[in-house]
Amino acid sequence: MRRIFLCLLLIFALPAWAQDLEAVLAANRAQIEKPSRQTIGPVIAEIAASGDGAVAFLEAWGDRRLGLTDDGRFAIIEGDAATDAVTGAPLAGEAKALKPNSGVRGLIAAALVPAQLADPDMGRRRAALDALARDATAEHLPALRAALDDPDPVLAARKQRLERLLTIRFDPEPAARVAAIEGFAGDSGSDVQAVLNPILTTTRFAGPALPEGANVARQLSIGTELTEAAAYRLLVDAGLAAPRLSDAEQKAALSAHLQDGQVGNIPVANLDSPDARDRAYRALAAAGAVRPAASADQVDAALAANIFADLYTEPSPEVTDAARAALNGLVLRERAQQGVDLALDALSLASIYFLAAIGLAITFGVMGVINMAHGEFIMMGAYTGYVVQGFIANRTLSLVVALPMAFLVTALAGVVLYRLVIRHLAKRPLETLLATFGVSIALQQLAKNIFGTQARPLTAPDWLGGSVGFGEIVQISTIRVAIFVLALLFLCLFLFITKRTRLGLNMRAVTQNPGMAASMGINPDRVAMLTFGLGSGIAGIAGVAIGLFAQVTSELGQGYIVQSFMTVVVGGVGNIWGTLAGAALIGGLQKGIEVLNPANTLAAQTWMILFIIIFIQFRPRGIFPTRGRFVEG
Amino acid sequence: MLIRKYPSVLIFLAVLAVFTLAITLLSQAYGTGAVPTSTVKLLGKTLCLALAALAMDLVWGYAGILSLGHMAFFALGGYMIGMWLMYARTAEIVTATLANAPIPATPDEIRQGIASQIFGVVGSSDLPLTWSFAGSLPIQLLLVLAVPGIFAFLFGWLAFRSRVNGVYLSILTQAMTLALALWLFQNDSGFRGNNGLSGLQNIPGLTDVPQSTLSIWFLWASAAALGLCYVLASWLVSGKFGSVIRAIRDDEARVRFLGYSVEGYKLFVFTLSAMICAIAGALYYPQAGIINPAELAPIASIYLAVWVAIGGRGRLYGAVIGAVFVSLLSSWFTGGKAPDLNLGFYTIHWVDWWQVLLGVAFVLVTLFAPKGLSSIIDAVAGLRAPKRHGADLGPDLGALREREAEA
Repeated sequence: MRRIFLCLLLIFALPAWAQDLEAVLAANRAQIEKPSRQTIGPVIAEIAASGDGAVAFLEAWGDRRLGLTDDGRFAIIEGDAATDAVTGAPLAGEAKALKPNSGVRGLIAAALVPAQLADPDMGRRRAALDALARDATAEHLPALRAALDDPDPVLAARKQRLERLLTIRFDPEPAARVAAIEGFAGDSGSDVQAVLNPILTTTRFAGPALPEGANVARQLSIGTELTEAAAYRLLVDAGLAAPRLSDAEQKAALSAHLQDGQVGNIPVANLDSPDARDRAYRALAAAGAVRPAASADQVDAALAANIFADLYTEPSPEVTDAARAALNGLVLRERAQQGVDLALDALSLASIYFLAAIGLAITFGVMGVINMAHGEFIMMGAYTGYVVQGFIANRTLSLVVALPMAFLVTALAGVVLYRLVIRHLAKRPLETLLATFGVSIALQQLAKNIFGTQARPLTAPDWLGGSVGFGEIVQISTIRVAIFVLALLFLCLFLFITKRTRLGLNMRAVTQNPGMAASMGINPDRVAMLTFGLGSGIAGIAGVAIGLFAQVTSELGQGYIVQSFMTVVVGGVGNIWGTLAGAALIGGLQKGIEVLNPANTLAAQTWMILFIIIFIQFRPRGIFPTRGRFVEG
Repeated sequence: MLIRKYPSVLIFLAVLAVFTLAITLLSQAYGTGAVPTSTVKLLGKTLCLALAALAMDLVWGYAGILSLGHMAFFALGGYMIGMWLMYARTAEIVTATLANAPIPATPDEIRQGIASQIFGVVGSSDLPLTWSFAGSLPIQLLLVLAVPGIFAFLFGWLAFRSRVNGVYLSILTQAMTLALALWLFQNDSGFRGNNGLSGLQNIPGLTDVPQSTLSIWFLWASAAALGLCYVLASWLVSGKFGSVIRAIRDDEARVRFLGYSVEGYKLFVFTLSAMICAIAGALYYPQAGIINPAELAPIASIYLAVWVAIGGRGRLYGAVIGAVFVSLLSSWFTGGKAPDLNLGFYTIHWVDWWQVLLGVAFVLVTLFAPKGLSSIIDAVAGLRAPKRHGADLGPDLGALREREAEA
């Protein structure tokens, strides 16, 4: 059945030069023995058109089952036995198998597609469809249309879709193609784009008048869409104008005609201006020693006399219009997707900044001091995670242990720092800033001495490795979701502590007015110490979170510290919502600027900092300033 | 008048002169050769750093503005002079190369050659607009002062106008220097990206003068600049102006209520110190030979504050002592010249541990010796702070506490 169908098909497709298989093989013996992807195409087509036995021959050839006997006949090898490729008679002698390369096998497979599309075996039909989707020619379209019915609904749908795609590419009727294109409206599949994009390819045209029936994409005006130099180069390439003389060519020509210290009767020493060189060259040209160069006037005249345009290679304007409309729709959808992607990116960046800055904001709010060692606490948390991972092999368990461990370690470090240094520098915020900086460089170097300078891995458990999808459009890596959840968790925890616990009440009292709080029986020193511990502990958690997606080095904290400062400054002091808003603003801004100039993240940071400096002009106390008569300064 | 009020100025100038003279007499170019050229360069650079510390002391120790971005002005000064050094030097080379061609070069060709020579590393062959005056030494010298000056003026005007002070201002200055560094790191900002400017030790027109001689000249120039700026700063802080800026440091609000334009004073000190820093930078980088955006990293500016704090802020010689002491010690330790300390169970390699030592020492100085190294001088001179029974000098957050108060 299949072969009969194929024969019918081939007769339909290539009736003119169908020949006997034997004759075809004999004529192309050398090519078949040593095929090359560039030249074998016509031979394969000829074999395919040669009628009975052709399909079996091509299948065997493609499967590397085709052999050549000693007396020069082609044989199809089946296990140990071999049969003659033309007559089907069993062969006794040894057959040397031919080994066509993968490029040639691809061509053979394409030639076999029509027959395979109607194959009763579903696997073969699917393989044939795959081959067709990869590499189809105009001849395949009728074959596909004839085999559209398929018992399998999935394959039937694929065939339908492929038929529409091939219609766009190969149908001779523009109306049918336009209808097919419009059928794909809103479809963002890459196969559709791959079909539509080639329709819109253009070529640059330069000439006195547009060619007859040209499908013009756009006319180019010189100066705005096309530079003068590029336009003139087009004319030169089209043979419509003499090439211009470049400065280097002029110089080379002049030095070639140097005689007795003179060129064209002008002394060499005077040739240090473009004017003098032009004069010398004109003198040489007048004497016939060099070719005359196009002068500026000639260039202008040539540019004015010609038309420059982009022409579609596709002749039908209806088709190009439809393709452009469809692609514009796709671009719009893509933009929207990128927008959502970007918002999610900004959100996860903001979560990270929020986690990194929250501890800083607390200590700044309660004590009015900036802890320059905050970045090193973040680093300390990340290294804690790394060390814990060294002891506990199970990644999930180690993460569960590492989070509270990091909190404990850094909170302890924070309390020690407070007791030893910061408490003694009360009311001297600038000195505190510098002293904590001293701690920061000491800690950084210590980490370098202990863990070395190379990056240490903090591997996330497998369940954090993938990505979460919302539909097919938006993908976000699980780790970022986890960090977002972590940030949310700490927001809630922090709100709970400040609003519902004794410590939180004391904290708020000390933030607003330490003197009054002290006279109400609150020990500001103790509250400050606990606050400092809490803030540092959160930095440690942030360190583990950051370490999961960044490399753990001794400079880990440094990368986040300035952004954390910015978050606190922009958000306003002593207000968790301010920190949240600051983090959202900084994260969103950084991602937003990165989109405007994706190649240059440095520029994004520069502009962001500039923006913040200007922002401070208008809101010196941040987005949510502390208000009331108790505010200092 | 100045000398009667500040006898330390004479002593300082004398010490500086003796030091410079001694180095000259021991140098390879003009003396016995006991001090190698690299050491002369190191000392010259140290004098420049001391000059920057002097400026930092003016703005922090006297006016109470803790700027964490003054090294940005230092580096900007270096960039401005570096542009001329690099341009003029490349121009010499390019002109010499083109002179060998059979046909003399046009001015345009020379410019093109210089541009592609300088900017080839960042994949460009056009001279950016910022380099328009790079061929002219007087204009670039003017820019050494003008660019950081205008930059500091604009930044200070914006910041002081909106009453940003204290820790906020420090963070903002740090952000400023980071932004500038990141901008300079870009290849298309017109300053050769992270390659920076190099070959600055070759002074155009002085190719025949050996480096040993040049290093002494720069030592003298650095010493002269330091001496002049020291006298200028002493004169500034000795008069009424000095009283006002110290008052601003100790209680800004009160000075404002007394009718002084606090913002004007702060802006003047900030801009002036930025320009002094720029001069220091312009003298420093020809001795260092290379400048790149890493010099603007926020950490460099913080080190400047560390030097001033260790030397003793609020007194000019303290800043100089701090800068000289810490930077020389730092290069001694990090240069691998310090002997390893064997503790029996662990050998301390100072290259690894110097930063830790510095950090801890700095914390200790801040905690226990707020006057820094100059408290030694106070002890020798018999100066004692007045007994104020714990009262602060002023309620402002940047104010000096009693223990740091001067006589």
